[in-house]
Amino acid sequence: MEKTKTTQSRRSFLKSSMLASGGLMISFSGLAKYTLDSEVSELLPAEQWNELTGYIKITPDNLIKILNPNPEFGQNVMTSLPMIAAEELDVDWQKVIVEMAPHDSVKLGPQFTGGSNSVRMYWRPLREAGAAARQMLREAAAQTWGVPVEEVTTKAGMLHHVKSGKSGTYGDFASKAAAIPVPTGVALKDVKSFNVVRTSRKNVEGLKIVTGKPLFSQDYTPDGTLIAMIEHPPAFGKKLKSFDATETLKMPGIKDVFTIKLYPDGFEQAGFDTRTFNDLVVVVGKTTWEVMNARKKLKVVWEQISETKEVIAGFRGKTEVVIPAELETSSTQYQKMAEYASKPSQQLRKDGDPETAFKNAAQILERTYNAPFLAHNCMEPMNFFAHVTDEKALLVGPLQAPGWSEPTLSKLLNLPADKIEIQMTRMGGGFGLRAYGHYMYEAATISKKVKAPIKLVYSREDDMTYGIYRPMYTATYRAALDANKNLIAFHVKGGGIPESPIHANRFPAGAVDNYLAESWAIPSNITIGAFRAPRSNFNAAAEQSFLDELAELMGKDPIDFRLELLKRAKENPVGKNNDYDADRYAGVLKLVKEKSGWNNPENKKYSRGVAAYFCHASYAAHVVDMVNKDGQPYVEQVFSAMDCGVVINPDAAANMVQGAIVDGIGNAFYGALTHKEGTPEQNNFNRYRIIRLREAPKKIEVHFVENDIDPTGLGEPPFPPVFGAVANALYKNTGKRFYNQPFINDLNEKNDRT
Amino acid sequence: MAVINLNVNGKKQAVDVDPATPLLWVLREHLRLVGTKYGCGIGQCGACTIHVNGTAVRSCSLPVSAAQNREITTIEGLSESGEHPVQKAWLEHDVAQCGYCQTGQIMSAAALLRTNSNPTDAQIDTAMSGNICRCGTYLRIRDAIKTAAKQK
Repeated sequence: MEKTKTTQSRRSFLKSSMLASGGLMISFSGLAKYTLDSEVSELLPAEQWNELTGYIKITPDNLIKILNPNPEFGQNVMTSLPMIAAEELDVDWQKVIVEMAPHDSVKLGPQFTGGSNSVRMYWRPLREAGAAARQMLREAAAQTWGVPVEEVTTKAGMLHHVKSGKSGTYGDFASKAAAIPVPTGVALKDVKSFNVVRTSRKNVEGLKIVTGKPLFSQDYTPDGTLIAMIEHPPAFGKKLKSFDATETLKMPGIKDVFTIKLYPDGFEQAGFDTRTFNDLVVVVGKTTWEVMNARKKLKVVWEQISETKEVIAGFRGKTEVVIPAELETSSTQYQKMAEYASKPSQQLRKDGDPETAFKNAAQILERTYNAPFLAHNCMEPMNFFAHVTDEKALLVGPLQAPGWSEPTLSKLLNLPADKIEIQMTRMGGGFGLRAYGHYMYEAATISKKVKAPIKLVYSREDDMTYGIYRPMYTATYRAALDANKNLIAFHVKGGGIPESPIHANRFPAGAVDNYLAESWAIPSNITIGAFRAPRSNFNAAAEQSFLDELAELMGKDPIDFRLELLKRAKENPVGKNNDYDADRYAGVLKLVKEKSGWNNPENKKYSRGVAAYFCHASYAAHVVDMVNKDGQPYVEQVFSAMDCGVVINPDAAANMVQGAIVDGIGNAFYGALTHKEGTPEQNNFNRYRIIRLREAPKKIEVHFVENDIDPTGLGEPPFPPVFGAVANALYKNTGKRFYNQPFINDLNEKNDRT
Repeated sequence: MAVINLNVNGKKQAVDVDPATPLLWVLREHLRLVGTKYGCGIGQCGACTIHVNGTAVRSCSLPVSAAQNREITTIEGLSESGEHPVQKAWLEHDVAQCGYCQTGQIMSAAALLRTNSNPTDAQIDTAMSGNICRCGTYLRIRDAIKTAAKQK
């Protein structure tokens, strides 16, 4: 199906929301240059923009606009992705106008934020787009001037022909260039000659953020928009039986109360169509506060579900998932995980003869690690704007993976994809949660039903108790040592509710002759989803704690021990499918060892913990320095070494790593979503503890390995090893190993006893 | 419903709402000042921080009736063009990641600096620990506050 979309409606969205905020249009005189241009650009008619490739637009007045194709959730792609195109286009970055693109995967590629993929995925397409557009401009100038194209040079948005002394702006030739077919295979710059990429550039939306401009869909409520809220079951394992809205409907501002189905009966869900609760009570009214109040008057009867089966059509074909009826309680969940851990399970990988090696071992170290469900808790609670008519649909909201949700939306609304317009707003956090489209479907279904534009708003409580959590995990690690304390076998067996965390081909697979990885899972009605570095965020905690304890048992320095294993994995790897590059892995360990002054006696005052991990396609190592503050262990400083290939925007990249470390410390110490008979025991920040400023380190030093490898992603890799490094520092600080997250529970227990 | 007289960012205006409505929703939905954010609704996250008579207040937990005839400042009133020293420091340190909490952080920081032009680390910790940032930009927030303090 032919599918093209313009950015016209995005501009109208911005225009209307800016006007709604009052007076912005005439009061930007003091703003930075790029912002002035970007505000002006909103007012220009579409035909002024000459499109050179799908990503680049230039006006005759030489305004240069680069579209950011990928959803922005704080990873700073609004800045870093356009920088990549600007580099090859050869323009003055300060003059570039950046605009968020609408969903248009035909023109703009996969448009998916997740898996540390944004830069990795768009690195080549955006370089090629910039280079192609520059070539088109050169050709247009060459034709006009009647000179060979090879003799036309560019510099910062200008075209020159030295011999004839002719020159002009990109804008002068934009119209002509736009008519030239987009060339392919244009030579790209040498990465060593970059002058935009690899230099620190400020967030292009920084000024809008600090002045509170309407950037988020929470801020987007065009006149006539109704507010909708959803009452979902209070517990996993429950569903709607009946409701009485008599009192609700009497409340001021309330328009309607009704039920919707997220998916119709028999609907075949796609891989990211999570179904937590299918039958939902909807309250629609004029304002958020009125709807929030009226909801309290609803009389809803819930009943326990019966066991069901769901067919999910995911990336790996159709799978049938069992949804049990049980109302789960955390203590029972842990017991059940312990039971499953002792049963035979699925073998994922086996090298050598681990059974014999363990049988003949002089010493065996065995440790079990546990972690709870985690809620994403994006600062901007879930919401979506929808205006659905019989002919078309407009959806505006925070979404990480519009391309995965659009086919389902098309089926649910019975509208072809080219009648559906999805605008991705800046997200107030995502962390994986917004890769799932259910809240957009809910909004669309509600709008269709009330025949009006609506904004679906989740309260914080709705958001935290809706599921799609980081799963609950456990893993048991075993190591066998011979009489000389050599590591002869390694065994990991892990599982979770409702998925296993185990990555069988990760380090230290490949470094040990006898290796076994096993996996199991327990079905649940508690829904789960991607959470910053899925599975890795648990594995790194468990495995890196275990390696620390193992190194101690073997009488080795924890960094040297890892480096020895990596040397083995490089020189004489065991097995074939090891998914890490031993050199890059060792590289971050060596760098963090140097930068942290690992062997410097002055650092003995700290309880130091180290951990490293590979996930997605990048490498991270952290050294955490702990002290006691107000009677509690406190991470005072962190040294971090990253290898993510070419770093696009160094200061912003450091910001993201610092944030990942703070996030990791917080979740390691405090993060937990527990259940009692299916009901989440935390539903807001009074019970769900999030790390706060006073608990954040004083210093986080971030160092990047310098190389010219194509970018390998940065959002997730720094996060997982934080948990392990914190656990290892806690051991130094307290003399006790920490096996169960969140660590605050065992810390409090220890404090209670002493 | 009742007519409530408000003084927001130096502008006097009346709104006709339920007097129990939290000021947050009046700002966002009636006055369309959307820089003040909803995060938790129970005064735990600080995303909705504004100034009432110069003091940082969580607008999600303040009934609009209690805000009557008091001097209310929102992020839009701090400086619409980003000229306030705290906003400038935020830009200098490129603090934001997702950005959702930052207007609340800035309002808390501006209130702190209004009464304490040179806060210690401990004072910053205390004043700013009511504002959650899920992206973990706390270190840059501290640095930005120190930069803003120097500029004042």
